[in-house]
Amino acid sequence: MLGNLAGVLFDGLAYGSLMFVISVGLSVTMGLMNFVNLAHGAFAMVGGYTCAVLMNRMGVPFLVTLPIAFVVSAVVGTLLERTLYQRLYRASALDQVLFSIGLVFMSIAIATWWFGPTQQPVRLPDFLRGQVRVLGVDLGIYRLFLIAVVVALTAALGWLLERTRFGAQIRAAVDNQRAAEGLGIDVNRVFGFTFALGSGLAGVGGALGIDVLGLDPVFPLKYMVYFLLVVAVGGAGSIKGSLIAAMILGVFDVAGKYYVPEVGAFAIYALMVLLLIPFPSGLYGRTR
Amino acid sequence: MSATGKAAALPASAARASAARSGLAEERWRPAEIAFWALALLAMFAFPGYRVLGSQILITGLFALSLDLILGYAGIVSLGHAAFFGLGAYTAGLLAVHGWGEPITGLLAGGAVAMLFGFLVSFIVVRGNDLTRLMVTLGIGLMLYEAANKASFLTGGVDGLSGVVTWKLLGMFEFGLVGTVAYLYSFAVLFVCFVVLRRLVHSPFGLSLRGLREGPWRMPALGASVLRMQVKVFTISAGIAGIAGALLAQTTQFVGLEALGFTRSAEVLIMLVLGGTGRLYGALVGTAVFMIAQDYLAGIDPVYWQFWIGLLLVVIVMFARGGILGGIEMLVARLRGTRR
Repeated sequence: MLGNLAGVLFDGLAYGSLMFVISVGLSVTMGLMNFVNLAHGAFAMVGGYTCAVLMNRMGVPFLVTLPIAFVVSAVVGTLLERTLYQRLYRASALDQVLFSIGLVFMSIAIATWWFGPTQQPVRLPDFLRGQVRVLGVDLGIYRLFLIAVVVALTAALGWLLERTRFGAQIRAAVDNQRAAEGLGIDVNRVFGFTFALGSGLAGVGGALGIDVLGLDPVFPLKYMVYFLLVVAVGGAGSIKGSLIAAMILGVFDVAGKYYVPEVGAFAIYALMVLLLIPFPSGLYGRTR
Repeated sequence: MSATGKAAALPASAARASAARSGLAEERWRPAEIAFWALALLAMFAFPGYRVLGSQILITGLFALSLDLILGYAGIVSLGHAAFFGLGAYTAGLLAVHGWGEPITGLLAGGAVAMLFGFLVSFIVVRGNDLTRLMVTLGIGLMLYEAANKASFLTGGVDGLSGVVTWKLLGMFEFGLVGTVAYLYSFAVLFVCFVVLRRLVHSPFGLSLRGLREGPWRMPALGASVLRMQVKVFTISAGIAGIAGALLAQTTQFVGLEALGFTRSAEVLIMLVLGGTGRLYGALVGTAVFMIAQDYLAGIDPVYWQFWIGLLLVVIVMFARGGILGGIEMLVARLRGTRR
């Protein structure tokens, strides 16, 4: 029972890590630009399909596909941001929701048209499969790998935001856009880079997640609420909040499916609504 | 309304009275409106083969109206309005399955259950900003969907609730396959609800809702209790959505899980925005255009339909805020401007 619990906790943390990678970009763009972007999962899907196509049709090794997935998603994100998203930064939440739902529908249709409606199979490299036994608990190697990737990415993001000039500009723009502009920061450019970074991270997450979440055209819709949930519970704009929310979500979801399968995803939705009652702007959200 | 109560805040009440008067002037039925309803009724005879689709449009139109009330008039964004629609549908459906198939009382029961649920959740919906509201409504919708999915002993789960038997309407008219009774019944319910809503949005309460939408910080300064207004309007809207759901259950004699699904919540939002929010008629026009197009295009290929509807949304947001009716109003205004 105890070993079981440790196993569930471990799987939950791995799942949460994946959610964090995908959602952190959404959190920053929501915090930075106040943009309610329901189509964030579409960028993860772009990364996922990039990975699947490269591996299955061209035989590119899995680890090599990850940076390519990052670049492809970032490029797609940048294109959309510069052409469409940018015009809606000052629009109402309703407009943004409608616009991004439209993007979700289009992405589903395009993915179905291009790759067919079925799940994309991906064979992980051998060294990432199987399990290791640590202190009497079987740990999936791929899940350990996921957690390691997320630790590395979080450290890199933390360094980027806390230690670099660009990070300081992002933080300034999140805190007070006007003052940041007044100090000569090109907020528009910061927005663009941040969006690209967020889409790229989502792409990596989508590629990493094929084995755990699956990959089919309805991916952006199926997991939309999970990504939003991480942001809404963690608080938009807060990386620490997203990390904690993703972990809570991951552990609860895995534990719920393991111990009370008859309740299903209900537990997660209930948890979200219950958490939003005392914390309307998220655990680490700033009250505006 | 006692005179003494109003005398306490004379300037505010005077302003309110004049505002109410300007609102009430709209209350007279215009010829275009009468023509609209006559056409909706005549459509049944003009396209006898499409009565089933027609009653679906009337029902979804009623659902869109309920969303227009909170979104278009009170400015509350919702991504989970299907929760109330589905609740009404399952209430009426379950009543009919378990031996009470009388349509009108079933309709009222569906509306009442949805209304009660709407009242209870309204307190957690209306607080917070737009993002929180979106998430909470989305979460409530998904919760109900999962609950109905898992409680298959009661709802039939993914197979849907079958065995719904609706009794004769008023004890006289049987719901047949041609759909004549279903169409007329849906039409009558929609019309009655519309008249009620029309009165409501032109009443002082409706005007103060619009005030709330335009300036949420000013209304409290005028002495309006924002929370109470929002709870009230949300409750009414949930009730109307429940009636629409019950109507669907009774006329199709089936309740599927998709009555609660996210797609329904999203689509009704799309229909409303397509027609134009805050106009009541926008909800009806948008629903009709959307569903006729869907019937035509999705028949060719559902995937392409999804693509076009996505593109349509992007285009509406980018270029055509106000939807179809907003566009017509602009056109009319421009024509009048040039004529002068």
